[in-house]
Amino acid sequence: MTNWKVILHIARTHLVTKMKSTVTAALGVTFGIGAYITLVSFMTGLNKMLDDLILNQTPHIHLYNEIEPSAQQPVALYQEFDEAINIVHSVKPKKSQRKIHNALPILNYLREKENVKGASPQLRAQIFYLSGSIEIGGNLIGIEVLEEIRLSSFKDYIVKGSAEALLNTENGILLGSGLAEKMSLSVGDRVQISTVKGDVFPLKIVGLYQSGIADIDNIQSYTNLKTVQRIQGEAENYITDINIKLFDLAEAVPMARQLQKQFKVKATDIIAANAQFETGSNIRNLITYAVSVTLLIVAGFGIYNILNMLIYEKMKDIAILKATGFSGKDVQLIFMSQAMIIGLVGGVMGLLIGFVLSRVIDRIPFETEALPTISTFPVNYKLGYYIIGIVFALISTFIAGYLPANKAKKIDPVKIIRGT
Amino acid sequence: MEKVLEAQNINKIFRKPVDFHVLQDISFSIQKGEFVSIMGKSGSGKSTLLYILSTLDTDYEGRLWLNGDLLTGKEQKQLSRVRNEHIGFVFQFHYLLSEFTVLENVMLPAQKLGAKTRLEIEKQAYKSLGMLGIEHLGKKRASRISGGEKQRVAIARALINKPDILMGDEPTGNLDSFNSENVFQIFKQLKEEEGLSLLIVTHDGDFARRTDRIITMEDGMIIRGNG
Repeated sequence: MTNWKVILHIARTHLVTKMKSTVTAALGVTFGIGAYITLVSFMTGLNKMLDDLILNQTPHIHLYNEIEPSAQQPVALYQEFDEAINIVHSVKPKKSQRKIHNALPILNYLREKENVKGASPQLRAQIFYLSGSIEIGGNLIGIEVLEEIRLSSFKDYIVKGSAEALLNTENGILLGSGLAEKMSLSVGDRVQISTVKGDVFPLKIVGLYQSGIADIDNIQSYTNLKTVQRIQGEAENYITDINIKLFDLAEAVPMARQLQKQFKVKATDIIAANAQFETGSNIRNLITYAVSVTLLIVAGFGIYNILNMLIYEKMKDIAILKATGFSGKDVQLIFMSQAMIIGLVGGVMGLLIGFVLSRVIDRIPFETEALPTISTFPVNYKLGYYIIGIVFALISTFIAGYLPANKAKKIDPVKIIRGT
Repeated sequence: MEKVLEAQNINKIFRKPVDFHVLQDISFSIQKGEFVSIMGKSGSGKSTLLYILSTLDTDYEGRLWLNGDLLTGKEQKQLSRVRNEHIGFVFQFHYLLSEFTVLENVMLPAQKLGAKTRLEIEKQAYKSLGMLGIEHLGKKRASRISGGEKQRVAIARALINKPDILMGDEPTGNLDSFNSENVFQIFKQLKEEEGLSLLIVTHDGDFARRTDRIITMEDGMIIRGNG
């Protein structure tokens, strides 16, 4: 039979009459939670941006023909040497075509699968960019523009011109920004490219592409799939890469394995390709939580201290409450609710301060060559972190309040009233 | 006559610092409406006895009844309820909650009991304060009133749940003679008008002489007044 109204009334009166201590204790929680929210929002924002930088440009599954030596060398097939030790020097990769065999049927098969968001064909060609007498080696990637825009954040990385212009211009090219700078070219100019075989083609620059990774921007350009096929003198089914986006990233690993077996092509999944990013993110998260927990522990000690002092001051009151019919549990609840009120008020204030600071960070300009899509510091406003924050605050104040409150519960009123 | 409080063979031993038999085989009872005082020298065990009778102290041997209800062996939680509902307590050092107003102090035990609405409790608290002549202090902080007033507030608080018995541990010990007389008159009035039973530990011979019965204690035993 707990009369919450009375207990909360007493708790509130204690807190209000001890305003200074209350505010000090609550501020401890506020700073802890505020720092946590700010840190975690900023850190995860950064993490997400860095991950996106790579991951958005990485398909969930990438199909291509790997150039590699045959797993089983011809000598192994020769039965007479079964018992012998075979030493073959300078093993060469197997000669095979670069194109994916039966690429169009594979594409159709993938596009009909339910868990596949989309599959886009690509043709990667080694070419030279010609600038006067200078040849710059590089890649030209033929893409299906609309599919690419739908499936990746391709469009975000076009810093000048537009992807639609590529669609409308047959001999258009989206030139890598590094290349454009090297060759002093801009949108509207023409660039000559030469294939490995030596054929020269002029292409019209309809846009500049900047991925943010210099090594890519210095060599790589995009154009229509058909343009590359024509430059290479290949048929319409000549496709070297297929990029697959799934609805659920988790299916990438088993599906890659299955596709590799089914179509006898190399299939890499995003998780194998980007294992190191996960590690980086995890360590940054760990640091964030370590700092926040430390702050909250400090705040917890503050609350513990203040409640302990309060209980020493209120010994007589506790004795009176017990003598007039409040049970030990009631007294415990009075002090626990004080701790929880401090935790709740401090925690909510902390969330607010964290949110405001996040907004401030969100406004700070952060412009860098490497990240064309970013103009201010990235901040992640995930509701989950705010929930974790308030739960953190309540748990830490609960623990900090429990010990003193338990002591108050056990105070023997007779001892206090006797004055011993 | 009906017995309000009955104690049978109460023994208590202090273990620290050395074993000390502070109460020896105490048996007595109080009738309904009786005004009893306990006298005795310091260390005679009268306060200790009072704490046992008021259920605050449960570390004793023997048995204790309130209104025919055996209190010995009950859980702390039930005893809190008994104190809240059936026993009023007045201490030597008034012991009000200093951060609360006089009115809140008086109301708290009733709010804890939770048998009435806030409004009813407030009305009753004012009535009690009015009877003790301190109605005007209701909104004042408990730390801002005089000693005599504090003791009257404490009495009002003890009465708020209409207890069966009012216990006092030297309630006049810290008051001047004027206020002592005042408190005595209040007790007497309560006995006569409300039929309240009172058990008061006191040093004050004048006070004790005017009660219905004096129990005198010495060395942990009742030597007189057990009738």
